Amino acid sequence: MNEKVLMKGNEAFGAAAIQAGCDLYFGYPITPQNELTEYMSRELGKAGGTFAQAESELAAINMAYGGACAGKKAMVSSASPGIALMQEGFSFIASAELPLVAVNVSRGGPGIGGIQPGQADYRQVTRGGGNGDYHIVVYAPYCIQEAVDLIIRAFDTADHYRNPVIVLADGMMGQMMEPVVIPQIRRQSSASEIAVEKPWALTGSGGVRDRNVVRSLWLDPQQLEDQNIRLDEKYQRMKQELPEYQSVDLEGAEIVFTAFGTVSRIASEAIRLLGQRGIRAGMIRPITLWPFPYHAFEQIDHSSTKLIVSAELSMGQMIEDVELAVKGRKPVRLIQRSGGMVFTPAELAARAEELLSQYQ
Amino acid sequence: MKPIFEYTKGMREQDTHYCPGCTHGIAHRLIMESLDERNALGDTIGVCPIGCSVTAHQYFNVDSCEAAHGRAPAVAAGIRRAWPEKYVFTYQGDGDLASIGAGEIVHAALRGEKFTTFFINNAIYGMTGGQMAPTTLLGQKTTTSVDGRKKEISGMPLRVAEMLSTIDGAVFVERVALDSPAHIRSAKKAIVKALDVQEKRLGFSFVEILSTCPTNWGMTPVKAQAWLRENMIPYYPLGNFRCPEEVK
Amino acid sequence: MTHFTVTFREDKCKGCELCISVCPKNILALRDTINTKGYHPVGVTDQDQCIGCCSCALSCPDGVIRIDAE
Repeated sequence: MNEKVLMKGNEAFGAAAIQAGCDLYFGYPITPQNELTEYMSRELGKAGGTFAQAESELAAINMAYGGACAGKKAMVSSASPGIALMQEGFSFIASAELPLVAVNVSRGGPGIGGIQPGQADYRQVTRGGGNGDYHIVVYAPYCIQEAVDLIIRAFDTADHYRNPVIVLADGMMGQMMEPVVIPQIRRQSSASEIAVEKPWALTGSGGVRDRNVVRSLWLDPQQLEDQNIRLDEKYQRMKQELPEYQSVDLEGAEIVFTAFGTVSRIASEAIRLLGQRGIRAGMIRPITLWPFPYHAFEQIDHSSTKLIVSAELSMGQMIEDVELAVKGRKPVRLIQRSGGMVFTPAELAARAEELLSQYQ
Repeated sequence: MKPIFEYTKGMREQDTHYCPGCTHGIAHRLIMESLDERNALGDTIGVCPIGCSVTAHQYFNVDSCEAAHGRAPAVAAGIRRAWPEKYVFTYQGDGDLASIGAGEIVHAALRGEKFTTFFINNAIYGMTGGQMAPTTLLGQKTTTSVDGRKKEISGMPLRVAEMLSTIDGAVFVERVALDSPAHIRSAKKAIVKALDVQEKRLGFSFVEILSTCPTNWGMTPVKAQAWLRENMIPYYPLGNFRCPEEVK
Repeated sequence: MTHFTVTFREDKCKGCELCISVCPKNILALRDTINTKGYHPVGVTDQDQCIGCCSCALSCPDGVIRIDAE
């Protein structure tokens, strides 16, 4: 049944996860994502899964680790400071090569910060705050429908690569309401299917196989190096197979915006406003923040483009990846708001026009 | 010839790395024997702590995972919800359970989690070289309490069994010791009962196992058992604090 | 009168002496030999005196001891 319904972002994220086959959800209340936790508490049980409210985000990520060890599709959600608490868990889950989906409905920081939308978790999710060499796939949807599609894909990506996947929304997307189609495709794997699909999982040996161990400790340094090399081979494959982006109106553009999430919608409108003033502008919208689509920037029209603008709701985090992609070939400048403040399309367009004048 | 004592197949052939006389080996065996005797080795998932027994998964012949320090009860809660019918246990030391993991164990008890926690209390941190634990006795010298634990700085040692027994969901709470064959037999009985509680899905079951750490206590294994008896048991009394009617 | 046989898997023994300390018949002792771990393993000095109480096996952390009856 592909009916369009008007849904709040947070609830749509939950509905998407349930359709993707989420077995276990662990959450702790934190603004601005509480409707997602509450939705799962009402609906996941009806769909044959299990919800638990953990005593903290630290406990939630570890409960999800346990569920993932056991071969189930496990999920957590939180907002920026709660994601910070989960960093230890992400490192362990990546090291143990377990699938996990996490939704981050990000808000202003640092510290307790604020509860209005922000994009200042970019570094936290793409570089990782946990210890050691690991990576987490990060999807950055720009609207609720794309979030639904990416959350469903996130479960498959997580299972396929045996790795955590974060879907980075922001407070605006979590709280807004839009029409969405939630594909009705829910399927849960049975115990015998899990034993085949995930032969490494802790399901009880049944006396038919040797016992399984899920670990991240390798005291022998050569073994730990071998483990790191194996993980890195996986990450290199992910860098080949996963980067995704959308590009708009790059040909003939004087300004190219780089923006993700809700900011890309503001940038779309700013591009239209600039067009009315005779300034041609385009956009590269990363859909995966890790692996970042560096190669998208090879499509920039060098004959026309004078300036690349990273538009962010932070003090400038994605701009570092943009600079890496551009390799000094064009100037890269930041237009930003932070703390939960959000620029309007008019403000973004005006500031972009002012910056462009410095490069005429 | 018939065997009246043979090593359980719940323990793998791998020699343990534990110090000579460390009672981890006894605790491991009692738990694995109990699972073996109810034919549950193939239906059990264990969660190992951070501590000397971080690599217990090399010795337990059951599906096992590691857990971040203190988080084992949360990990077990996730596993329990994945497989409601299996046996699930955590095995934790003083730092893991009573220090960094104090929050997780209280909430496992609070929710009446249907798994069993085995708490190895040896009044010190073993793996990291003998620092003070929340269970270190008053006056006991450790590498971070070189003049002996002082109440005014560190408070009195934590009685975990008593604390958890105030929580409704902790339906089976018992403290046992491994300092003598008689006490070892009692410890086994408590472990069996705790697993019965789990099998009947009555709530959270908890066994605190007073244990030795000869190396960091600075004494021989035999003297360590005597030290446990003379110093730990008076402060950490043995016995059952809570037991459901169904397994009495 | 039942006869008990105590067998030791010597290479697993760490010479901790817990078994020696609990034997009510005092028939366990460290041997002169050294095992592959570098410890003196424990052995039985007088098998006929064993009463099959299993205190030694109960106290062994390393699964060294097996006791049979006939």
